[in-house]
Amino acid sequence: MWAELAVTAAKLLLIAVGLLTAIPVMVWVERRGAAFIQDRLGPNRVGPLGLVQPIVDAVKLFFKEDITPAGVSRGLYFLAPMVAIFVALVTFIVIPFGAGTDVTVFGVPLSGVMVAPGLGVGVLYLLALGSLSVYGIVLAGWSSNNKYSLLGALRSSAQLISYELAMTVSVMGVILAAGSLRLDAVVAYQSQHLWNAIPQLVGFLVFVVAAFAETNRLPFDLPEAETELVAGYHVEYSSMKFAAFFMSEYVNMVTISALMVTLYLGGWTFPGHRALSGWPLLLLSVLSMLVKVSFVLFTFVWVRWSLPRFRYDQLMRLGWKVLLPLAVLNLVWVGVGVGYGWL
Amino acid sequence: MELIVFAATAALAIVSACVAVVHRQPVVNVLSLIVTFFCVAVNFALLGASFLAAAQILVYAGAILVLFLFVVMLLNAPVVEENEAKRPLQRWGGILLPLVLLAGGAAVLTPTLLATAATPTDGTAHALGRLLVGPHLFAFELVSVLLLAALVAAMVLVKRKQ
Repeated sequence: MWAELAVTAAKLLLIAVGLLTAIPVMVWVERRGAAFIQDRLGPNRVGPLGLVQPIVDAVKLFFKEDITPAGVSRGLYFLAPMVAIFVALVTFIVIPFGAGTDVTVFGVPLSGVMVAPGLGVGVLYLLALGSLSVYGIVLAGWSSNNKYSLLGALRSSAQLISYELAMTVSVMGVILAAGSLRLDAVVAYQSQHLWNAIPQLVGFLVFVVAAFAETNRLPFDLPEAETELVAGYHVEYSSMKFAAFFMSEYVNMVTISALMVTLYLGGWTFPGHRALSGWPLLLLSVLSMLVKVSFVLFTFVWVRWSLPRFRYDQLMRLGWKVLLPLAVLNLVWVGVGVGYGWL
Repeated sequence: MELIVFAATAALAIVSACVAVVHRQPVVNVLSLIVTFFCVAVNFALLGASFLAAAQILVYAGAILVLFLFVVMLLNAPVVEENEAKRPLQRWGGILLPLVLLAGGAAVLTPTLLATAATPTDGTAHALGRLLVGPHLFAFELVSVLLLAALVAAMVLVKRKQ
């Protein structure tokens, strides 16, 4: 009982620390990557290669004056950043980020280094809570009493409605092939068969595009769109409240990347993993997961500095008229494939 | 522990449902409805129906109410004024009708509920899926046809005249 509790707490701590550490690293990668892509230097003064820059930025945000503008709807104005960061931090618990079904710590099985191995609805939990993240943005935009904020919030909700459906339908293809809602079962399926990205390439592409829209990243960063909406939904926020939105965006990116790797890119599996067992397998599988997630995260940065922003109506048209039919097509193909035993 | 969580979420669900009806600010109405759905989802989870709980949040709180909120904010729905809210027939009807429905529902459902409470139910996605395409296939298909009809009706209504 106590050992079980301790192991779960340790896993939670590991995830929380890992996610929060990923934020400054990602900020650094983003700024240096942007500089590299635009052929300039980027932040390189604080620490070697500018590595300490994000930490200095974090300290700055901590000590900045927290301004609450007059005319905001106070309760909701305070609630919005909390919702954003809460949703971002709790969704990761169903993702198996390592092997280790045969590893026990103090007699407690680690079962895939997943925090909540008993949660049978797995990916549904992640999608359900992930869909709540829009409320952080919508509440912020509405309660700020600012037209730019409100426009950002409006765009965000429209974007969510357009993309959630395509994303869920493409995930359904994976669930259908694996025959389980649990993400560790999805990984187990992929270790027996091909990576899902290969037979379900269309579904994978739909998921990638929808993931960019879900995390409000360029080319779909319409809720922020600094060139037209100043900063969109968080224009009235300062200090740590702004930082909460900033952090939640990066944590959401990490979570969606991990989900993408788990669903389509084989999860923690790596060539030759069947020959290993116990701790070596566990450590190497976590490393493999980290490498894959890092690659997907770099792709987020890469795309951001390569593609221009979509216009609002283009975004809606792409979601409803292109991605959704493609996702349904993928689902039909997977259904036929499973029915005939090809997949 | 379960009892405490149940009591807290059930009370919160009722309170926020009341707020959803009586508050004058449309955005607050929608938000308190979200709280209600969230509490209902927690209660589903307590009953072991984890799939229903996730579906409740994914479909209602995550999608449908985002649409509600979108419409409320897009139309900039005005705050309901005091004199506008004074419609006696609507007010008393709105109080009486739910009570009648509640009494009727309680009278019909209580014997069944008491009979089935003892048997543990399997709330997993697998069990639910078996039920939907097994004993309840006809109703399931009927609902999907109804939804399709509603979809077509909505398309016809918004179609511009040439």
